[in-house]
Amino acid sequence: MKNKLIPYSIILIFLIIFAVFYKSLKDTNIYTPETKINNDIPIFSAELLLSNENLNSTEIFELDKFYLLNIWASWCVPCRDEHPILMSLSKNNKLIIVGMNYKDNKKNAKSFLDELGNPYEKIILDKNGTNSIEWGAFGVPETFIIYNNKIIKKYIGPLNNELLIEIQKIIK
Amino acid sequence: MIYSVVGHYSLILGLCAGLILIFFSIQNFKNSNQLDTKILSFSFLQLFFVLISFLALIISFVISDFSNETVFNNSHTTKPLFYKISGTWGNHEGSLLLWLLVLTLFIFIFLLRTKNQPIKYKILTLGFQQVIIIGFFLFLIQTSNPFNYLFPVPDEGLGLNPILQDPALAIHPPILYLGYVGSSIIFSSALAATTLNMVSISWAVHIKKWVLISWIFLTLGILLGSIWAYYELGWGGFWFWDPVENVSLMPWLALTTLLHCILVLERKEILTSWVIILSIATFTLSMCGTFLVRSGILNSVHTFANDPERGLFILIFLFALIFLSLFIFFFFHQTNKNNSSNFFWLSKETSILVNNWFMMYFLSVVLIGTVYPIFLDVIFSQKISVGPPFYHKLIAPFLIPFLFAMAIGPRLKWIRSDLKDKIYLISLLIISILISFFIVKNFSTNILINTILISSALYLFFITLRDFFSKKYKNFAQNTAHFGFSLLILSILFNNLFSSEIITNLKVGETYDNSKTKIVFESINQKKEKNYKSIIANFNITNSEGINNNLSPELRIYNQPNITTSEADIKTTLMKDKFIVINLVQNQDYFNVRYQVKPFMLWIWLSVIMISFGGLVSFLQKRI
Amino acid sequence: MAINNLNANENSERNEITKNLRCLICQGQSVYDSDSDFANSMKILVDRKLDEGLSEKEIYTYFKEKYGDWILYDPGLNKNTYLLWLLPILIFLFGGAIIAKSFILKK
Repeated sequence: MKNKLIPYSIILIFLIIFAVFYKSLKDTNIYTPETKINNDIPIFSAELLLSNENLNSTEIFELDKFYLLNIWASWCVPCRDEHPILMSLSKNNKLIIVGMNYKDNKKNAKSFLDELGNPYEKIILDKNGTNSIEWGAFGVPETFIIYNNKIIKKYIGPLNNELLIEIQKIIK
Repeated sequence: MIYSVVGHYSLILGLCAGLILIFFSIQNFKNSNQLDTKILSFSFLQLFFVLISFLALIISFVISDFSNETVFNNSHTTKPLFYKISGTWGNHEGSLLLWLLVLTLFIFIFLLRTKNQPIKYKILTLGFQQVIIIGFFLFLIQTSNPFNYLFPVPDEGLGLNPILQDPALAIHPPILYLGYVGSSIIFSSALAATTLNMVSISWAVHIKKWVLISWIFLTLGILLGSIWAYYELGWGGFWFWDPVENVSLMPWLALTTLLHCILVLERKEILTSWVIILSIATFTLSMCGTFLVRSGILNSVHTFANDPERGLFILIFLFALIFLSLFIFFFFHQTNKNNSSNFFWLSKETSILVNNWFMMYFLSVVLIGTVYPIFLDVIFSQKISVGPPFYHKLIAPFLIPFLFAMAIGPRLKWIRSDLKDKIYLISLLIISILISFFIVKNFSTNILINTILISSALYLFFITLRDFFSKKYKNFAQNTAHFGFSLLILSILFNNLFSSEIITNLKVGETYDNSKTKIVFESINQKKEKNYKSIIANFNITNSEGINNNLSPELRIYNQPNITTSEADIKTTLMKDKFIVINLVQNQDYFNVRYQVKPFMLWIWLSVIMISFGGLVSFLQKRI
Repeated sequence: MAINNLNANENSERNEITKNLRCLICQGQSVYDSDSDFANSMKILVDRKLDEGLSEKEIYTYFKEKYGDWILYDPGLNKNTYLLWLLPILIFLFGGAIIAKSFILKK
């Protein structure tokens, strides 16, 4: 009995390894951080793009209102694709859209907005990319929906029509 | 076009030859007075077909035949000829074809060169090897055919990833594959020997040559990969505990253990089960590595195109081989009970067991560290990273007794011995500790662990160094390898302790100056080559001793595919490397400059060469 | 720029920390090794946190909260990693036991 136990348990171990490898074949190996919902938004102060003011985050985000924070840059190609979505969202008066201009130069950023329109109520600058890290983002574009100083939704990558409908549902 | 057809059909013919070989092997196995000459000729034929196929692929690359999908995906007309050729095995399909070529070449050499071994054993080894070869043929033809036809024929190819356009990386895969594939011969031969119950002293002597061959190539292959990462990936490190690197280290650890174990089996019929397990493990780990890399279930800095279908095929193939070998091991293997295996605690056998013990521990650390995140993700959906700190914490403390054992072990005699010249050994130990204490004291904060680590490495260094001049002691091969290893550990430790680095942002014309180093960013040149544009930055660097160097790192913007690479400029001297690399910063007019002084870099490479040289000496040596 | 004009010794603590942070853009590299935009920003942020007086551990916790355990290269000892850290040690002890039992003690 004893000398049969060893082979069987080894075979069992290898079968488990096989199953694990088999299953992991189907998963993607690219890590995206989990969206932690209901996290408090970070506190920061930042320069604005269109005026030379400095603003604290508490002055931007008020309670009991929906905000959309969009991280963008003029050099980012997908940002161009999602811009029309933001433009149509900006027509909704229940939602305040705040832009965060990521590692951009002011001139290019302004001409980007002149060309495609400005959906943002305010645009804060993130010259060295640290603000977006405070938000838990890691690239452009990323979009956060904020209510009562909490992040209630986060989208990595460009927005599309489906997400537009989803966002409109959330703010209703 | 015509070459693809030739290549494709010659692959199919090679597969047929494999099937015929299996048939002949069974025939020959039944009445085995003599090796059937048909086996030898078909084995040659198979090698010939694979070679034709491989040459056809090379020619398709050279003439840029874009009707071939592999060529289209990985080549470009403006690529230099050298990289057109090396691009043949720089991609998945071509590298598998190279695997196959080496597989068929090795089994042919095995048949030709193996003498004084039973015919049945040779036939059975061939049979197992053909199972592997046929597996690879099917894999190649089914999922990764290098001769897929494209219509309409594109005008231009997509180009080879620029970081792969490099001389070290051109020869790295073939060398590494020689090591991997050599281990397949050990695998088949161990299975054959187990089936025939002939794992014995004479088998050990015969298989040792193959172990050494694979070990030398694997060592050199890993070295080349490491050198390439050092200067091409542009960050000055040489080993990152990245999954792809770990995957090549694991078979190396198993093979090194096997090599030491064979030394015991060469003299005394003990440890037979262990030798068989190690032989199976080495090749299984090579295959497991191929699976992990090609299926893309691990993410790594080394990019490979991957495809789940291929992953599935290798996975099934890998486990078929594992279960086959488990079956053979449990069904056929008989432990030799009467040849009892006791020896005195202080003997060469014990020291080799200690080697095995530690090597298996290192292997388990690397293996568990590499696959644990996969298991955690699949079973508990938790994602973690296992990186350098894990490996350093678990390996460094165990390295200390390991190094001492490496110093003392080879001085012991077989079966029973006692240590001679104890005073000499102890005084050397004290000297090593003192020297390393004085070195570490001035530089590092972690005095204790660094002192102990350096003294154990220094101890091995002194003992092996003295043994070169000692007349009593004759095992030159072993001594060279152990000396090389002590040098490797010392170089790595000193490199870690004494490296210094400056990271700064500079515009053209600016100067960076701290009390020790002055970096002047003098100018920028632009150059246009056939397949890339380059920006060359010229720096003048003065250190505290007033030594002046001009270094010119480069940014290359390749046209096909459009990728920017940074080429470091390295000034190598005997004692240290000066390493500088620049990078573009998004939307800024300055460059990110990284300047490093890395002592003993050259010695890291040289010591690895010395280790494999030890293997080469042993390979060429006649058995005493 | 914050990373300008710091000499090697001053940012050695920063280097130690960034070596242990994994870059999310080029996922095989540490923040220290990587030159991606994300990694450069991380470096600046680590500097800033150090200036604010956070300890190494606090910085790790800060990033862990933002991006999960994955961001750290050093998987600390917790319920997810007991097996990771202990299994190799167990194998070592087990191997030692086998050697002692079957070869040395048998007289």
